[in-house]
Amino acid sequence: MSSAPSTPPSVDKVDGFSRKSVRKARQKRSQSSSQFRSQGKPIELTPLPLLKDVPSSEQPELFLKKLQQCCVIFDFMDTLSDLKMKEYKRSTLNELVDYITISRGCLTEQTYPEVVRMVSCNIFRTLPPSDSNEFDPEEDEPTLEASWPHLQLVYEFFIRFLESQEFQPSIAKKYIDQKFVLQLLELFDSEDPRERDYLKTVLHRIYGKFLGLRAFIRKQINNIFLRFVYETEHFNGVAELLEILGSIINGFALPLKAEHKQFLVKVLIPLHTVRSLSLFHAQLAYCIVQFLEKDPSLTEPVIRGLMKFWPKTCSQKEVMFLGELEEILDVIEPSQFVKIQEPLFKQIAKCVSSPHFQVAERALYYWNNEYIMSLIEENSNVILPIMFSSLYRISKEHWNPAIVALVYNVLKAFMEMNSTMFDELTATYKSDRQRIWLY
Amino acid sequence: MAGAAGPGTGPGAARGDGDDSLYPIAVLIDELRNEDVQLRLNSIKKLSTIALALGVERTRTELLPFLTDTIYDEDEVLLALAEQLGNFTGLVGGPDFAHCLLPPLESLATVEETVVRDKAVESLRQISQEHTPVALEAHFVPLVKRLASGDWFTSRTSACGLFSVCYPRASNAVKAEIRQHFRSLCSDDTPMVRRAAASKLGEFAKVLELDSVKSEIVPLFTNLASDEQDSVRLLAVEACVSIAQLLSQDDLEALVMPTLRQAAEDKSWRVRYMVADKFSELQKAVGPKITLNDLIPAFQNLLKDCEAEVRAAAAHKVKELCENLPTEGRETIIMNQILPFIKELVSDTNQHVKSALASVIMGLSTILGKENTIEHLLPLFLAQLKDECPEVRLNIISNLDCVNEVIGIRQLSQSLLPAIVELAEDAKWRVRLAIIEYMPLLAGQLGVEFFDEKLNSLCMAWLVDHVYAIREAATSNLMKLVQKFGTEWAQNTIVPKVLVMANDPNYLHRMTTLFCINALSEACGQEITTKQMLPIVLKMAGDQVANVRFNVAKSLQKIGPILDTDALQEEVKPVLQKLGQDEDMDVKYFAQEAISAVAQRLTKLDFPVKDNEEPSAPGADKNHFLRPRGPGEDTGKGPAHQLHVNTRDTPAQLEIAELVHFS
Repeated sequence: MSSAPSTPPSVDKVDGFSRKSVRKARQKRSQSSSQFRSQGKPIELTPLPLLKDVPSSEQPELFLKKLQQCCVIFDFMDTLSDLKMKEYKRSTLNELVDYITISRGCLTEQTYPEVVRMVSCNIFRTLPPSDSNEFDPEEDEPTLEASWPHLQLVYEFFIRFLESQEFQPSIAKKYIDQKFVLQLLELFDSEDPRERDYLKTVLHRIYGKFLGLRAFIRKQINNIFLRFVYETEHFNGVAELLEILGSIINGFALPLKAEHKQFLVKVLIPLHTVRSLSLFHAQLAYCIVQFLEKDPSLTEPVIRGLMKFWPKTCSQKEVMFLGELEEILDVIEPSQFVKIQEPLFKQIAKCVSSPHFQVAERALYYWNNEYIMSLIEENSNVILPIMFSSLYRISKEHWNPAIVALVYNVLKAFMEMNSTMFDELTATYKSDRQRIWLY
Repeated sequence: MAGAAGPGTGPGAARGDGDDSLYPIAVLIDELRNEDVQLRLNSIKKLSTIALALGVERTRTELLPFLTDTIYDEDEVLLALAEQLGNFTGLVGGPDFAHCLLPPLESLATVEETVVRDKAVESLRQISQEHTPVALEAHFVPLVKRLASGDWFTSRTSACGLFSVCYPRASNAVKAEIRQHFRSLCSDDTPMVRRAAASKLGEFAKVLELDSVKSEIVPLFTNLASDEQDSVRLLAVEACVSIAQLLSQDDLEALVMPTLRQAAEDKSWRVRYMVADKFSELQKAVGPKITLNDLIPAFQNLLKDCEAEVRAAAAHKVKELCENLPTEGRETIIMNQILPFIKELVSDTNQHVKSALASVIMGLSTILGKENTIEHLLPLFLAQLKDECPEVRLNIISNLDCVNEVIGIRQLSQSLLPAIVELAEDAKWRVRLAIIEYMPLLAGQLGVEFFDEKLNSLCMAWLVDHVYAIREAATSNLMKLVQKFGTEWAQNTIVPKVLVMANDPNYLHRMTTLFCINALSEACGQEITTKQMLPIVLKMAGDQVANVRFNVAKSLQKIGPILDTDALQEEVKPVLQKLGQDEDMDVKYFAQEAISAVAQRLTKLDFPVKDNEEPSAPGADKNHFLRPRGPGEDTGKGPAHQLHVNTRDTPAQLEIAELVHFS
């Protein structure tokens, strides 16, 4: 997280017309689901006794009643309405969380539909419009969900439900079905990071416990990503979904199904093209590396994919690509390396001579990686000619002294690696240069 | 395609026996395979030249197969290719051979990148028209079917856009098949495909027989409108417009309205937003009766929707909705059913809603007439003129002409003035800029006396604003005012004030004088220009700041055509010649420019002009760094500046790099 200044930026400095700076002024924003049309009437719930105060024979009945009561939704944008009842629902939810955690035998078959209904009523809602299209998730404060005091407890309760030792997927699957999952996935677009965090856990548990839903969940995530890449470029929960996928990929059986390979090539690789890559790049790179560790034969299509989508104008993204590439090279098999070394090092040669010093620097750091160095050394007869002219040229021309120093080391390393070739290349380079000067 | 036959590359040359004449084509073909994307792209953009040179036969047998194979290229190249192929029918031998273009376009229609796919579909649609009916069924329809049943969603998405172009010309049996394919895409399990189908539903409905519309399209529409994904549902709203136009009132009521009512109350704000956004189209499509019974209540709900986005979209439509109501009874409907909701919106909590309303509300005055406007609308206008959000006030001011026609602007002038003054001094320069742009309009409506009394000082104050864009706008504003109020007014009120600024200690203000003169001279005419402006300009040629001096040169060039030859010869020429000898590069450059321009008017005179002389190469002129530059000032205009930037830095950097390397 960037260290946000506590005071809003001074008025003179920002050129004030854009809405952004106007918005910046008020830091904490919250919003609520789009489902409220002001109902007007105050909400009345009849207080029920505490679960622990009734004989255990009456508890299941009371538990159901409390679940039903918690289906009532309050408008949190109106901070003054129904204060008592809001507090009542909060304490009831708290009680339910405790009850489901501690009590034995509370998950009877009748409770499943009621639990799922209560959770659905509370969490499934149309997310409100994003405050503006130019919302920059890196800079701007996220909009927080106003009804969080209730919502958090509902999520908490649902997770305890899914994790309960008495929980039986065979009963639950009647209620936690494809439609349920679809709505759950849509919530990942929530702007509130706390909510997305809970959703991540919920979806992970569901994926773990409902074998019948797995293929469906993967497919829907696919669709979300494809829409994100090719249609909207807007979805808040990409990082969270990728995180879940990271652990899913980890568990894929070998040999990989065609479906999974297609997912890698047609969905994960194109995700690199998105403008907001920085928000989920770490998770994405993790998924990619997971795939390659599973099946090294995928290395070539992956690296070629990255080459295809290599950023042309965004240096910041280029640095991320270089980072990811290094992660891939860390696990690459020498036999795979040979297959892609040419296009790969042509790209690296371009990066090394980038006028943006961070790009050049990031690429030059590869030479500090022992494993990569060993691969380069084995193949120096191919790589050295590709890299040489770029390196030699920037050793003379780059504006940034740190880069020049790094290049100098790389050239030195090459010289030690293969001095005959190095001398030849130097000679050719110089005579070529001379010819250019002459003509 | 015209101009494709460049020297040596035309078909004549290609048909010649010498291989040399084909050389440029060989180069282009070679470049289709080049490693550099830019070269491939250039070559693809000249594809028609290549095809023309190869002739229709070889284009069909060699070029197209080659292109079909290169489909794995970068998206940028593919996009250019998809576009080119749409115009290729002539180059492959006319309509009889149009089908040869289908294979490459088919592959392009399956790629991931949306823009490429869309372009391929666009080209396919174009080419479909050039197919003979036989070729259409033999080649085009099978392609559509293949795409429609493709494995990956991209091909099915593309197929959606092709049904409507082949349907009208297909035989009945094939038509049934096409409809079948479309139906299955509407219930595809990929939302991307359903979205594509939903967005083409209206277009497809238009080419279908009415019976099929009722029996097939309406159920598809109903399904899509209740899709689980709101992104699909909202597209159905668009289709609703087209479908509604095809049906009779009774059918509409029975088949479409239940769905539309449901959409207007959809739980997703995006769908409701779409209804609001398409409201005028919907209103026209369903006709006046359903509008009164159904749409107006729906509209009222949209105006008080819980999401500001929806309210703003609806507010935008207020004027159009009212305009499109049947004239009979319109006033009553508006007064009773619309106006109460508008009144609420004037004090909405969201500024976008208010500003959307402000941008159309003035339009109601022509519809409601003078009395209603004064009694009901005027208070709203006045409230909005005092709104805290500048955009709202601006939107009201920018539409003043509507009210002017109905009640005259005087009714508003008391409230208008404080609003204008406040906007004129707003801290945000874009707000100031916006209000300047309405000044000529306001001046015209308020009249010269009111203007001189209240607004003139504002206009002059903008000339010394600290933002360049404002000063610039202020100068062109003066010009427009002079055009409105005449030269005499200019001479009495504007010109003296402008000219006084020539002695300002701030060089930016002195330059503003020059800019004003540039703008005003034409409107003021020869006499004022020669007698009052020219002396000041000439005097400024001795300014100590080079920027002022070269702007003097530019000004002289600009006002030259207005002056008579005597003045040019006697006064302008010597000054320009002196500036031509200036020590500063840019001053010299612009003086030369001006001299040659003036010389064209005075051909008989012997100016030492060398037209072809390049501006002398820039040396290490330190003045360029020392010279003050205004913050908003454009520093890169003169070619000399560009040269400075390009040439000076690199050698210096190289030297440093060299030093560092060897230290």
